[in-house]
Amino acid sequence: MFEPRIICFLCTWCAGAGADLAGTSRLEYTPNGVNIRFMCSGRIDPEHVLWAFGKGADGVLIGGCHPGDCHYMDGNYKTMARVALLSRLLDDFGINRARLRLEWISAAEGAKFASVMNDFTEKLRSLGPMKPATREMAR
Amino acid sequence: MKRIGVFVCHCGINIASTVDVQKVAEEVGKMPGVVFATDYIYMCSDPGQALVREKIREENLDAVIVAACSPNLHESTFRTAAGEAGLNPWQLEIANIREQCSWVHSDREKATEKAIRIVKAMVEKTRLNESLDPISVPITRKALVIGGGIAGIQAALDIADAGYEVILVEKEPSIGGHMAQLSETFPTLDCSQCILTPKMVAVGKHGNIELMTYSTVEEISGYVGNFTVKIRRKAAYVDWSICTGCGQCTEVCPAKVPSSFDRNFSTHGAVYVPFPQAVPNKPVIDREHCIHFKTGKCGLCEKTCEIGAIRFDQEDQVFRREVGAVVVAAGYDTLPLSELKEYGAGRVPDVIDGLAFERLLSASGPTNGEIRRPSDGKVPKEVVFVQCAGSRDPERHKPYCSKICCMYTTKHALLYRHRVHDGQPYIFYIDIRTGGKGYEEFYHRAEEDEGIIYLRGKVAKIFRDGAETVVWGTDTLTGKNVEIRADLVVLATAVIPRKSTARLVRKLHIQAGPNGFLAEAHPKLRPVESINSGFYLAGAAQGPKDIPESVAQAGGAACKVISLFSRNRLEQDPAVAWVDEDLCGGCRICISVCPYDARKFDEEKGIAVVNEALCEGCGSCVAACACGATQQKNLTDVQIKNMITASLGGK
Ligand code: FES
Repeated sequence: MFEPRIICFLCTWCAGAGADLAGTSRLEYTPNGVNIRFMCSGRIDPEHVLWAFGKGADGVLIGGCHPGDCHYMDGNYKTMARVALLSRLLDDFGINRARLRLEWISAAEGAKFASVMNDFTEKLRSLGPMKPATREMAR
Repeated sequence: MKRIGVFVCHCGINIASTVDVQKVAEEVGKMPGVVFATDYIYMCSDPGQALVREKIREENLDAVIVAACSPNLHESTFRTAAGEAGLNPWQLEIANIREQCSWVHSDREKATEKAIRIVKAMVEKTRLNESLDPISVPITRKALVIGGGIAGIQAALDIADAGYEVILVEKEPSIGGHMAQLSETFPTLDCSQCILTPKMVAVGKHGNIELMTYSTVEEISGYVGNFTVKIRRKAAYVDWSICTGCGQCTEVCPAKVPSSFDRNFSTHGAVYVPFPQAVPNKPVIDREHCIHFKTGKCGLCEKTCEIGAIRFDQEDQVFRREVGAVVVAAGYDTLPLSELKEYGAGRVPDVIDGLAFERLLSASGPTNGEIRRPSDGKVPKEVVFVQCAGSRDPERHKPYCSKICCMYTTKHALLYRHRVHDGQPYIFYIDIRTGGKGYEEFYHRAEEDEGIIYLRGKVAKIFRDGAETVVWGTDTLTGKNVEIRADLVVLATAVIPRKSTARLVRKLHIQAGPNGFLAEAHPKLRPVESINSGFYLAGAAQGPKDIPESVAQAGGAACKVISLFSRNRLEQDPAVAWVDEDLCGGCRICISVCPYDARKFDEEKGIAVVNEALCEGCGSCVAACACGATQQKNLTDVQIKNMITASLGGK
């Protein structure tokens, strides 16, 4: 079976804390992702996402606080706007936009984090590996 | 090249049972610059920390990675240890291989491989970490307390008694809150006013407390230790600085306004003092009901007041104050009867709520403590008390338990029996919850000695039939339906956050939970702090609470403020934004995205700069910067990219 590589960009206050809670609650999920911790999802630059695709990621998950709950007031709204633009850019590159996923996960939603990871892995498995030429585009 | 040391924790078997920790150390040890890598059974133990310190010195390490549990648990532990060994604390990073790896996977091989990637990514980050110094800022040693109920009063007094100045802001004309409305308190039955009033007076007289009633917080900016607040004081149309509180104006006012303090059982004039023990004991004019404001005539109060304190031309005033900490004690409300359709939606005259019953019981209340029902003033002989009216009802109302109702309903029924000896109280309940000192004993006394009939079950419907109020319920213990034709029904309505709490949450940028109550930083270990530093929580605004709990929490919040104020300066995380002056083109995008006003334009240099004391390190400006001039310290774009590459197994 194809095992996709996933990079997860998580804000520390909500999505990261949710991922920690999944651990504390011992909720098993697929080991395909590696998490990178940011203070806020608003720190995430489209360039980081493209870099991940260029370096071999099959999927990128961005996790932030629910709208209205960002620890820094409105960082996640900026993320929302950036992801919307970036998705269009991915189309241009020929990268299926389903490979980039944005999720709002609160510190109390350990179960959601686990199910998002399972679901995303499944989705990426069905999409299969990215073509090397497409990957080149992201660089 | 930096000399890096890596320590992989077994956490007993918590990590080691799913992750091959030796292999992780071995693999990471092969990376360039990693001069020392080992695994150890418990890194956070004293010998574990000693090992880190020892190796920093022995191996001359420039940076350290501890691969263990979440950084939220032990980052500061290990950074302190590193500091003790002479390493800059920001040269130490945690790789989370427990919560985000060993605890969530079972395939040993895959978990080990993932752990290796996690640690390698952290090595890449740490390689480029700079040594930082905490940002030190001064503290304004003055506290703002929002809300003048028992919680706010207690917090204000505790902080003021410790020698610090306090501004107590209350939106009503007087402090006292709901506790001032209560008759007697459970389980001791001491009179609420008698224990509260001395505290109110103490607040009014305290040299360290600036009391601002009839006022609300309009805006707050700044950060822990250094807030600026704008407080709006509503026009009272009475000059309090000269008013003696003689009360003559309130006697001559011909207007009749229902008293919200008395739950509309009595009226006061348009110029009024909410209750006799009010602090400050000065009247306000209710503009909406004042005949002078409506018609331009009357002015009786103005004529009566010999010192000329009535000022129809008074306007709202806005004050600016600097404070270092904020205690939020915004209080609670009860679910309005109108929301309870099944119980008559507030349209059945002899269905009242618990606070209204308190006013009937109160010796200084509208009936002087005689129990008389609102419809015709008759003394009710059959009284039904309904608990959980709107609580523990996730389908229709609030899912949570309001916590205080079991006890106050028992108290109500008991006090009713003391006043009306031939009366019969009934209590409908789902469960009786008596967690509190002396509470269970109090309940048993009511149940066994006071002739109160407890019916276990929910009330389905309440409606009016002639002069009687009919209560339909089920007694689940006998399995029978019950119909009681009652003279009076008292609903223990759900405790809810005040409407103003939601506004306050937005203004202060603090957090509320799903039911609108203020969210604490940690439900068990940090119950009096908000997630946002500098804000502390007290009383029922954080969740339903009784008086002793509110007082205890207020004391806890005050203690936190006092401990904050006892420091000389505050230290803040230095992982803030900075600007490469050579790269910055002066486009000012960063200024527009900063939520904290921390970015300014330096006209002279033509570049954007960062105020480090204001920067919270969210990184929004870094992501927005088009030319890469703005970076976040120890989380630069290069570091992020290197981490990504390492996470994907690349170099
Ligand atoms: S802190 Fe979570 S999205 Fe901003």
